[in-house]
Amino acid sequence: MAKALTGDGSAPARPAPLAVALKDAVVSGVITWLLLLPLVGFRATESGSGPLTLTTRFGLVTVFAVVVAVLRLVMHLTVWRPGREKRVAATPSALAGLGARISPLAKPAFFTLALLYPLLAVVLSGGLTPSRYWIDLGIYIGSYVMLGWGLNIVVGLAGLLDLGYVAFYAVGAYAFALLSTSVPINDFMAGHLGEGFWAAWSFWVCLPVCGLLAALWGVILGFPVLRLRGDYLAIVTLAFGEIIRLVLINWTDFTNGGAGIASIPPISFFGMPFSAGDDGFAAHFGLTFDPMHRIIFLYFVILALAALTALVTLRLRRMPVGRAWEALREDEIACRSLGINTTLTKLTAFATGAMFGGFAGAFFAVRVRFVSPESFTFIESAMILAIVVLGGMGSQIGVAAAAVLMIGGMEMLRNLSFLKSDWLLGPDFDPTLYRMLIFGFAMVAVMVWRPRGLVSGRLATIFLKERKTVSGDLVKEGHG
Amino acid sequence: MRRWETDPILAVDHLTMRFGGLIAVNDVSFSVGRGDVTALIGPNGAGKTTAFNCITGFYKPTLGRLALSHDAPASPEEVQALTANGQAHAATTGGALYLLERLPDHKVASRARVARTFQNIRLFSGMTVLENLMVAQHTRLTRSGLLSPSALINLPSWRRQEKEGLDRALHWLEKVDLVSRADDPAGDLPYGDQRRLEIARAMCADPVLLCLDEPAAGLNPRESAALNALLLSIRADYGTSVLLIEHDMSVVMEISDHVIVLEYGCKISDGTPAEVRSDPAVIAAYLGVDEEAVEAVEAEVGL
Repeated sequence: MAKALTGDGSAPARPAPLAVALKDAVVSGVITWLLLLPLVGFRATESGSGPLTLTTRFGLVTVFAVVVAVLRLVMHLTVWRPGREKRVAATPSALAGLGARISPLAKPAFFTLALLYPLLAVVLSGGLTPSRYWIDLGIYIGSYVMLGWGLNIVVGLAGLLDLGYVAFYAVGAYAFALLSTSVPINDFMAGHLGEGFWAAWSFWVCLPVCGLLAALWGVILGFPVLRLRGDYLAIVTLAFGEIIRLVLINWTDFTNGGAGIASIPPISFFGMPFSAGDDGFAAHFGLTFDPMHRIIFLYFVILALAALTALVTLRLRRMPVGRAWEALREDEIACRSLGINTTLTKLTAFATGAMFGGFAGAFFAVRVRFVSPESFTFIESAMILAIVVLGGMGSQIGVAAAAVLMIGGMEMLRNLSFLKSDWLLGPDFDPTLYRMLIFGFAMVAVMVWRPRGLVSGRLATIFLKERKTVSGDLVKEGHG
Repeated sequence: MRRWETDPILAVDHLTMRFGGLIAVNDVSFSVGRGDVTALIGPNGAGKTTAFNCITGFYKPTLGRLALSHDAPASPEEVQALTANGQAHAATTGGALYLLERLPDHKVASRARVARTFQNIRLFSGMTVLENLMVAQHTRLTRSGLLSPSALINLPSWRRQEKEGLDRALHWLEKVDLVSRADDPAGDLPYGDQRRLEIARAMCADPVLLCLDEPAAGLNPRESAALNALLLSIRADYGTSVLLIEHDMSVVMEISDHVIVLEYGCKISDGTPAEVRSDPAVIAAYLGVDEEAVEAVEAEVGL
């Protein structure tokens, strides 16, 4: 009785909490045992070609039942204890306070880290050659940051659900691959600007062309489909992505079909090739030649391209067109009542997003030096969209963090060989097979914890006294 | 003085809107005086909002002509000539003439300069109050192009233009008494403030005709009085003509110069508030009594 009084003093008539907890534990243990008896307790195993043999595992069932009973007992005595006061978050939690304090530092810190990343990789891995893996990973993440930011314009700002973003990525990549390997252009340039000009300069000349071509395709796709909304728009964009890929596979004369286009010229340091020769980058700057120079340069190129995407988006958001995109996401009818041409506004969003996709595509082609339709499947679109949604639609820093988390995280899950040790899961366990499963669980967990993405608030584009963040609950996602 | 007869800004002729077999608006003709506050009233389902949607370009009317004239009334010959030649707008001796039924909705707002509010408030709730007013000035701010280079690289000429827009937004914030909430999300404002903000947003689009769909719905008497003052000031200080749908008779009778009554899609009365108030057809429509009982009702309501 004394226990009851200390547990819940105001209601002495209530039974002792310990008794309740014990009763519940026993009951749930028994239920678990009965439930698991047919599921776990009996096991039919095939012995060679012979008949099935039935084995029983009552011990295992009992272990499970005891585990459940003990867990429920512990929960009843702690978290579910009657009369336990729920902690009310009157003041923001320490974590939220920390978040508020570090958030102004997040962007400079992110940018500094991105700038210093190759140096860190080289120093920490002990040399240029061993850092290759890490710098490649950095380039890989950088590409997705850029793609995420590009798609963010369409999905996050304008609220148009685009499931075929990879089409513009493919247009950019193929445009560069075809232009840079084109013999007539090479001959023409060789005649006018010197032998080897095209091989050295093709990337820098083609980069804007690829962006413009992708934007053109954005407009071509946009014109017929932007009258559609929501699910219908999503389906048509998805189909567009597939059409582009199927054309790339089947138009063999032009794109070389499924075999892809190889021997794309490598990137040059603004005309200076990364080669061991006398006119190469290393010789010109008095360095010893190392193939890693090219990789590190590629890292800085994608960093610059991504920064360009971020800066242009930032600027566009503060212009009437960017505000019109966001207004369109909020309420299309109100936009029309204010004289905003919604078709034209949607087209600019589509074209701008597609242009950055095209830039990223050209970069992809010059990095891998081989393009084939296999690189532009729907899963890529889904991945980029997942990055945007996970990051918080419309938020740049959120999308960047999500790209690091998704691409970097997925890559890190390859390195789970410690799970193979004897005392964990045994040498037969292949962790790479579970990579996607673990990753899926992690994504579900993040979306439960933060349903509007990592950064859900929306920063105002203009302010009178202070720039406030609009809570994610008020910001609409758009109807497509 | 019947300004809607001498100097109409909007002339609605034989407006008809059918939805399949339903005739929502049936051959309605009226005109809206320049600088007047005109009220469109009628019982629920009378076709007021449908007429509104036709005027603001959200519906294409089945039949009818909606002629809006800027600055000075257009002569009947000019209206006739524009109707015949199939164009949507033309310059007239005193200003410009627009046939609203031929313009897409966003051009009704941007070129013909008709702004509207909605019965169920349609603010950009995830954007701040100030951003809402900046979006409203889209037409003016994108005169040099949607992706104008001066804005893209933030040249002084663009900054000056943006400053003007900001000043206009501030002016309207002061007018509707929302300066202190300028940086708050519009969705966080109380209902009455949202109503006023929607009117301010429409006015930021610099309209010649402001269409308000039930602006006093859900307002308490004090807010309703403030709304009357705001509408009268819009008419007096900015010369904007106001067309409003309203159920609140205190608003209608106090501020309007001209009242049009619709019932079952047809116009049943048209005139000054005093004329309409004493029209037996209107009383019958509103109170649902037959003609003999009207006198008794009139005595009861003090007429």
